[in-house]
Amino acid sequence: MNQLLTDTLHTAPIMGTIVLALVVILINAMKKDSLALEYWVSLIGIAANIGLAVWAFPLRGSAFAGTVMTGGFASLTAAVFLVAAGLTIILSRAYIEKIGVNFGEFFHLILMGAAGMMTFAAGTDLVVTFVGLELMSICLYALAGISRRVHKSNEAALKYFLLGAFASGFFLYGIALIYGMTGTTNILGIAQNIAAYKSEPLFLVGAGLLLVGFAFKIGAVPFHMWVPDVYEGSPTVVSAFMSTGAKAAAFAALLLVFTATFDFIHSSMNTVLSVLAVASMLVGNIVAISQTNVKRMLAYSSIGHAGYMLIGITAGGDVSMAGVLFYLISYMFTNLGAFGVASIIENAEQQGTDLENFRGLYYRRPLLAVLMGVFMFSLVGIPPLAGFFGKYYIFVAAIENGYTWLTIVGVITSMISVYYYLRVVVLMFFQAPEEAEAPQVTSGGTIALLVSAFGILLVGLFPSIVLGWMGGLF
Amino acid sequence: MIPVHYYLILSAVMFITGVVGVLTRRNAIIIFMCIELMLNSVNLTFVAFSSYLGNEAGQMFVFFVMAVAAAEAAVGLAIVIALFRNKQTVNINEVNILKW
Amino acid sequence: MSSELIVFLVLAAVAVLSGILMITRANPVNSALFLILNFIALAGMYLTLNAQFVAIIQILVYAGAIMVLVLFVIMLLNLQDEEPLRETLTKRHYASLLFALLTLAMLIEAIGWMGGDTLDRMQQQSPLAVANGTVQHIGDVLFSSYVFPFELTSILLLAAMLGAVVIAKKRFP
Repeated sequence: MNQLLTDTLHTAPIMGTIVLALVVILINAMKKDSLALEYWVSLIGIAANIGLAVWAFPLRGSAFAGTVMTGGFASLTAAVFLVAAGLTIILSRAYIEKIGVNFGEFFHLILMGAAGMMTFAAGTDLVVTFVGLELMSICLYALAGISRRVHKSNEAALKYFLLGAFASGFFLYGIALIYGMTGTTNILGIAQNIAAYKSEPLFLVGAGLLLVGFAFKIGAVPFHMWVPDVYEGSPTVVSAFMSTGAKAAAFAALLLVFTATFDFIHSSMNTVLSVLAVASMLVGNIVAISQTNVKRMLAYSSIGHAGYMLIGITAGGDVSMAGVLFYLISYMFTNLGAFGVASIIENAEQQGTDLENFRGLYYRRPLLAVLMGVFMFSLVGIPPLAGFFGKYYIFVAAIENGYTWLTIVGVITSMISVYYYLRVVVLMFFQAPEEAEAPQVTSGGTIALLVSAFGILLVGLFPSIVLGWMGGLF
Repeated sequence: MIPVHYYLILSAVMFITGVVGVLTRRNAIIIFMCIELMLNSVNLTFVAFSSYLGNEAGQMFVFFVMAVAAAEAAVGLAIVIALFRNKQTVNINEVNILKW
Repeated sequence: MSSELIVFLVLAAVAVLSGILMITRANPVNSALFLILNFIALAGMYLTLNAQFVAIIQILVYAGAIMVLVLFVIMLLNLQDEEPLRETLTKRHYASLLFALLTLAMLIEAIGWMGGDTLDRMQQQSPLAVANGTVQHIGDVLFSSYVFPFELTSILLLAAMLGAVVIAKKRFP
């Protein structure tokens, strides 16, 4: 077969998602009032693309002259982003009508963002990593500001854009210095004689700048200042997509570049990573306590979770890489669910996600309250929910690699987090409801939340199966 | 030939100029231009290395950086315009419903 | 001093000065014009580095398309001058300035450290350092090794265009 065709087939999940996004925008251009059609086309297309990702799973290798990875890791992460995009689209169907941004471009941008995430995580040439990162980011900038008559949303988009572009500058400078030292931008090429450059100061500076760029994207302290504002100001379903898809993509790329390629285990870069991890866990979890808005609280909690995943990146080795991927999957379901509940509670003016609005939710919408309870318990990490095993694998890997102190900090901050997660549960179940009307729940929203909860249970009950997918991914 | 260090130092100086601009200015459009300055200094590093290594990867990267910069300009300026319509300002100190 | 060095120094002086002037002007239009000057100086520098293609698109795309867009938006919004910089600088700004200068010192230090090994590698790998930036060569590579990122870029531009339309269009449904 023709090489170009083979390469296209092997990167089928990415290509399929791009084609799907183009189909959606064409429908939007040619047919009036076609939101429902676009919605169903997107969902069916996403299901088909997940099928393609599963099909491509055994095709390990690279395509397009070694610039993009196929199969294995790329397929697994592609499936994760597609699931996140699919759940986001289901949740957003009712939400975008509620807040009055019901146009098909919304679905198009989500799909393009998902394609960007896949390329970001699968790029084996830093060019592809960079262009994928920007494709993802640009879609998210636009999505953050899509509710353009709401000042909060404008502001979130502006902040996200300026800080994101600023971070891209550092990211690029890092790549430039690494390129200069190694003579290539292909990370497989860099990995081959990494020992020759590893002690070169300019290479270390480059890797450090690249790490700054990544730390911005994953929202690790001290590069986290955009996270709370952007998550709070953006439309809630967009925050859900950002906090799961974008974060997972940045972590997957970080894993590929820093752990699999640069292999900085037991070097100075590792100290930096562990400092980022500790700072993120502490700041995220402690500041979350004082938040009264659930979206903002989830934003700080996501900073804390970035800290836990950074433990896995710091520890290195196959076990912790699998742990980080496991964590990403469990976190994806959990956080999508939590933001999903918030998007249903929210009113048409994009307000009403304060803790007060959750008071007595159980008496108004029992199912919603029970599901939110599941998500909160999973975020705390209570067995047998997925969140527990995510933390467990990462902590075990960290202890095995001699990072016991990081584990101790992780456990302590998890204890702190119990307080603010359970506060939501207590408010929902044990406090009398106020005179407020019950939020409108659509069947689509319920299905998305049920799928998330089901995913959490499934991943939590059969962790070894999920972990089994992660053997020999690279 | 001029040592490659000269180009690298020039590029570092320009990069830091851009960073200082981002950190001190408050007009969103000027901040955006400072980011463009940063990207350009990175391009200089790429081209210098590319030329001295005799390898085209760096110049390819510059091409992609320019495309990305164009895309960012389109979305970023659209965001600025949307904000300006609501608030009649592009000063980031005055847009503080959410704290910086 | 060789003529090469003189050209470099002149262009470098223009680039640095225009950069500094750009970040200190109160009027956004002045800033934009100084940025364009900076871009032109860089284009000249690319020519001295044998990167003809990059030099041309630097002028066409950066100084032309992107900066015209920026200038257009500045004019459209009819922005006022920012108040003079020195009146609004706070302690936080001085701290960030200090931090930036420290980073610069560290970068220059690291560049100075760039050892003989790396330089040797550069020499070894550059038998053809003269002719790698022509349009023909770039085109060859762009449509063979870099075809995937190239096509991805077209998708990126489409997404950006749609995003810009969705956000900035005045009356959407």
